[in-house]
Amino acid sequence: MPSTAALVSQAFNGLALGSLLALVASGLTIILGTLGVLNFAHGALFAVGAYTAFVMMQATHSFVLALLGGCAVMLIIGFAMERLVIRHFYARPDEDQILVTYGIGIVLVEALRAWFGGNSQRVPVPSWGTGATKLGFMVYPTYRLQLIGIVAALLVGLYLVLYRTSVGLVVRAGIENAGMVGILGIDVRRTFLFVFAVGIVAVGLAGMLYAPVVAVTPDMGATFMVQSFVVIVLGGLGSFPGAVIGGLIAGEIISLTSAFDSAYSEVMLYGLMALVLVARPQGLFGTEGRV
Amino acid sequence: MLFDRRKLLLGGAAGLILPGLARGALAQGAPLSPAQIGTFPDGVSADSVFVGLNMPLTGVFSGDGSDLKLGYELAIAQINAGGAIPAAWGLKGKGVLGRQIRYKVADTEGKPNVAVQAATQFVQRDKAILFQGSVSSAEAIALEELASRDKVLYMVGIAGSNDVTGKNCQRYGFRSQQNAYMAAKALAPVVAKALGKKLKAAFLVPDYTYGQTVYDSFAKFTKEQGWTQVLKETVPLGTADYSSALLNIANSGADVFINICFGSDAVASTKQAEQFGILSSMKLVVPNLSSFQDKEVGPELMQGVYGSCDFWWTIQDRYPLAKTFVETFSEKNKYKPRWGAHIGYMQTYLWALSVERAGGFNPVDVIKVMEASKSQPYESTVGRVYFRAEDHQMVRPIPILKGKAPSAMKGPEDFYEVIDVVDGESVMNPPDLFGCKLGSYT
Repeated sequence: MPSTAALVSQAFNGLALGSLLALVASGLTIILGTLGVLNFAHGALFAVGAYTAFVMMQATHSFVLALLGGCAVMLIIGFAMERLVIRHFYARPDEDQILVTYGIGIVLVEALRAWFGGNSQRVPVPSWGTGATKLGFMVYPTYRLQLIGIVAALLVGLYLVLYRTSVGLVVRAGIENAGMVGILGIDVRRTFLFVFAVGIVAVGLAGMLYAPVVAVTPDMGATFMVQSFVVIVLGGLGSFPGAVIGGLIAGEIISLTSAFDSAYSEVMLYGLMALVLVARPQGLFGTEGRV
Repeated sequence: MLFDRRKLLLGGAAGLILPGLARGALAQGAPLSPAQIGTFPDGVSADSVFVGLNMPLTGVFSGDGSDLKLGYELAIAQINAGGAIPAAWGLKGKGVLGRQIRYKVADTEGKPNVAVQAATQFVQRDKAILFQGSVSSAEAIALEELASRDKVLYMVGIAGSNDVTGKNCQRYGFRSQQNAYMAAKALAPVVAKALGKKLKAAFLVPDYTYGQTVYDSFAKFTKEQGWTQVLKETVPLGTADYSSALLNIANSGADVFINICFGSDAVASTKQAEQFGILSSMKLVVPNLSSFQDKEVGPELMQGVYGSCDFWWTIQDRYPLAKTFVETFSEKNKYKPRWGAHIGYMQTYLWALSVERAGGFNPVDVIKVMEASKSQPYESTVGRVYFRAEDHQMVRPIPILKGKAPSAMKGPEDFYEVIDVVDGESVMNPPDLFGCKLGSYT
């Protein structure tokens, strides 16, 4: 039996890990929940975000400037993807959407590989986040502590924009009946474009913020893609609050299991996902029949 | 001089048959090799043979795989061109027995099933006379099984698990890299001498055949040095975030952090360990260093780190063939070769040499030549080496490295100091220790 200190440490780590998982999954769930598109390029876009941070850091030597520049790049990628490809797939079957986004993902990953090679790139921890902080019962990386706050702020911001402004309302109405929304004088296509780009910026930001922590390689998104699906299945497909709760649950499961035996962390996570799928297929916060 | 026509025919027949007999009986007085086996003789044309190259070019091991590929390609180009470099290895003329090597490269993604699909195509479509390569031990084991089933020779690439030449060994598979046991037995006394005898160790172990056997061997040999294991954290292959495992390690009170993760897993886990303050409170030991761990993690974190690997480019000062390898590779690829490239380069030459010694491409003959190489060792890029007949494990020297401080580096790629080159014979496991049964030739 692990000590109380070990359990508390892992519970805290679960919170940090969970908030990051929630941010990673948020881009996927925003696009799925509002536009109904399952974006299989999600993992690749996560990697694009991390590489953008790498390039911007080299150019500016400032993590904050790298984040800002990176967001601009991701916004442009989001606009381009929506205007050139995704727009033509809203009315097409799910499998078409999955195939086209999967294809885009392959193109992006191979473009990264062609440009940067297969070896991992180094993105340093920002100067204000280096070292470890003593928290009484444990020592914890300062940058990860800061990430908890940054991620929380980002998630709240995303939620407010998408669900507490008229944008979200227009998008959901547009999915139900785009023609009617158009008759009401609202340019639903522009709103779709905006929401899609916000989803891409969210996943890109996750990649940028995670870049100093993980190995930045062209294939880095694959693991996060799978974890994002676990998170949104737990929380409820397309539910933004569900992604946050799902992320936190996943983080806690992984971490608390590690207090006993880290070999079983993923087994427990996938076991829980299977249980949720059996007991509540729409996920904890999902609405039956939606998405 | 007059010739009796009958005697002339008999003499000609004997001339054709006797060398074959001599070759067939070469190793163990074995019976004649079958005239047709695997892709032989279909895969041998008058002017060329085909070799399939399998390695991960995507995924966790893509860095090591890309380096491995360049090593194979350099050796093949040199052998095909002929001249002084292959002649220094003992090869004659251009190509292998006058035949050019054609090749294709397949991306295995580090996955055994993808590797087997690719190699099957090489065998069936291209009539490959040899296939080579791997980065994960799991894919090496799968490819070995395919090789023995299809009776086509397979040279293992990067694969450190004891199982590859242990319980999963195969008659048609040969490994040039040291196994986990050899690496651990070579490294443990060096690190114990440098760091101390009574230390507490925490292990980070990737959960597959490589990770488990490296752990078994390194735990055994460090225990013999007086080290105590305080923690073993097992993590899945391809883990992105190690925080929960590293938190346990950070709180374990260990003196030494032994990181067995490989490829980009090694990079991510080492970076994160530093962020958890582990690298400032514990010494890092890496039983098998990944090809580009030095550059990707950076000398700031790698300084003082002890590890072993197949080859480091500064050992070119000890071996003339290594010097040629490092120079020609660096000139062509604009960086110093890592040990992935070295494995590919060395073993391609060893195969070509074995074919020339056998006098043909019949895999049974080539296998027997390799199995008999103890009595006729190869001069290689790491000195004198041979394959053990009982398990097909190469007996070879093992470099022990220590990461240099950035200020001590004499160039951008001068990451390691070669502490020692341990003699292979002194660290070999007994051939039957890991349950190797090679299977039949035919």
